[in-house]
Amino acid sequence: MHQVSETAKTETTRSAQTIVESASFKQLMREKNAFILPAIVFCLIFYFTLPIMTSYFTFLNRPLLGDITGAWLFAFLQFIMTWTFCTLYNKKARSFDRLVEQIKEESR
Amino acid sequence: MNYTAVALFAAIVGLTLVITYFAARKTKTANDFYTADGGLTGAQNGIAIAGDYMSAASFLGIAGMIALAGFDGFFYSIGFLVAYLVVLYLVAEPLRNLGKYTMADMIAARFNASKVRGVAAMNSIVISIFYMIAQLVGAGALIELLLGIPYTTSVIIVGILMTVYVVFGGMTATSWVQIIKAILLMAGTAVISFMVFAKFDFSIMKMFSEVKQATPLGDSFLNPGNKFKLPLDTISLNLALVLGTAGLPHILIRFFTVKDAPTARKSVVYATWIIGAFYILTIFLGFGAAAFVGADDIIAANAAGNMAAPLLAQALGGDLLFAFVAAVAFATILAVVAGLVLSAASAFAHDFYSHILRKGQATEKEQMTAARLASIAVALVSMVLALFAQSMNVAFLVSLAFAVAASANLPVILLTIFWRRFNTGGAVTGMVVGLFSSLLLVALSPNIWAVDGSALFVGEALFPLSNPGIVSIPLGFLGAIIGTLVTKSDEVAGNFERILVKANTGIDAATEVAASKE
Repeated sequence: MHQVSETAKTETTRSAQTIVESASFKQLMREKNAFILPAIVFCLIFYFTLPIMTSYFTFLNRPLLGDITGAWLFAFLQFIMTWTFCTLYNKKARSFDRLVEQIKEESR
Repeated sequence: MNYTAVALFAAIVGLTLVITYFAARKTKTANDFYTADGGLTGAQNGIAIAGDYMSAASFLGIAGMIALAGFDGFFYSIGFLVAYLVVLYLVAEPLRNLGKYTMADMIAARFNASKVRGVAAMNSIVISIFYMIAQLVGAGALIELLLGIPYTTSVIIVGILMTVYVVFGGMTATSWVQIIKAILLMAGTAVISFMVFAKFDFSIMKMFSEVKQATPLGDSFLNPGNKFKLPLDTISLNLALVLGTAGLPHILIRFFTVKDAPTARKSVVYATWIIGAFYILTIFLGFGAAAFVGADDIIAANAAGNMAAPLLAQALGGDLLFAFVAAVAFATILAVVAGLVLSAASAFAHDFYSHILRKGQATEKEQMTAARLASIAVALVSMVLALFAQSMNVAFLVSLAFAVAASANLPVILLTIFWRRFNTGGAVTGMVVGLFSSLLLVALSPNIWAVDGSALFVGEALFPLSNPGIVSIPLGFLGAIIGTLVTKSDEVAGNFERILVKANTGIDAATEVAASKE
């Protein structure tokens, strides 16, 4: 059996410090942080809004669509939110992958 | 006895043993055993993650909870799913880049001290075994009810099967058992949901208006608050659910079965779609059971509601569908416990034996033997504990595992990747505080103490919440932060840069000090 997982690592003679200070790595970290941090903060706030609303208030118990109440509609939105942010990240990550390839290229 | 059910159970056992036979021929090295040689595709691993994750608590537990308590049961579905955003955005890719076989590998990649690896491995074992007891208790009760085999025998049968899969087939057998189970579970759930939906003339509006007339809760069935009375308890549960998944060792080790970080990401995307579709369908299972089985019959079969889904299948499709759904539930449990045995055994064999005891000097053969012996030991311990835990509530044990994972593992995983100042002292303190605070708070909680004798001991609970997350998760973070601030950093200059580069790109770069020596 070959050690496939070993091939995932890229050996380099460049030191970590040099890579961290390179323009392409800085760009990768900037782009990642600019997308990931606001997105995850938004998702968690969106998520916790539901139990906080339902625990301390009752206005989500009002039926909005036939007998379907606000709480259920908000719950469905949580699914939409998860799939949307999952897809968004998957798309966005392609540009991260390109930058990683570039950094690997520069490190060879 | 339902002979169709017996035949389908036998078919599942046969199929999984055939898989194990072929997997065993491919399992020759420690890398094969722990990671299936890193050879799974994103889609395969995504389906396997779904199969590893959607446990008996999801299929049997949530369906019953929605049927009996309405909206409150659906909180579990939402939390279990949204948790994958935390996995996708923060954990999956750095974990794949930094680790090799276990979660402890990832933390030890930065803090290469035995005590860090040891504590991380201990957490993995504790969480996996808690989770496993829950699955085994569920399995025992299910098989006893379906096939009339006594609880003890049922636990032993499941225990032997999971041990055989892991010992002989390692991660390859475990992955394929999980993939097949995920397909069976989705198919079974889709069929029942379709039949339920057809009964409501394919109208969501009609389903909502008719289900509340069918339940004893009436209008309030659709409203939150039937199960969770204390607001803080609801929030505490949600906190543990959404943050716990990213700290569950049996889910985390699945990311080592793919070749690189982009494939790890793809597998989370696949898993999120499948798991989301499944949890949406739990509404049909729960509402269907409430409307067509009825609360009285559900409670008569099992007070916690765990039989709601199989009973619904019986009501809709007679003995044949009942047998199929029972077999699906059985496959569900087998796939999850196999993953749990593997995660606890890898923590024992890879972290404790290979790294701490043998300082990385163990040969390939010794590593394999250790991994197999550890699998047997873990299975035996869990089976014995499951025999004593027969009367414990399954959902509570699972949510406890989530709380421990969120409190003890997640803070340290995140700080290892993101905090430059973080150090060995902080990592150890964070993990220990997270583990013991969550365990202690549960020991003092209403799950264990009840005045009316409905829990393990009679008396007033000292901690009012049934889920410890809202206190223990912040304590886990605080422990890690304070532990860091009061101890001196022993980190080599440039080590954080090395981790930063490796976590984000997979590049194995040297630190400046080491590089200048060359």
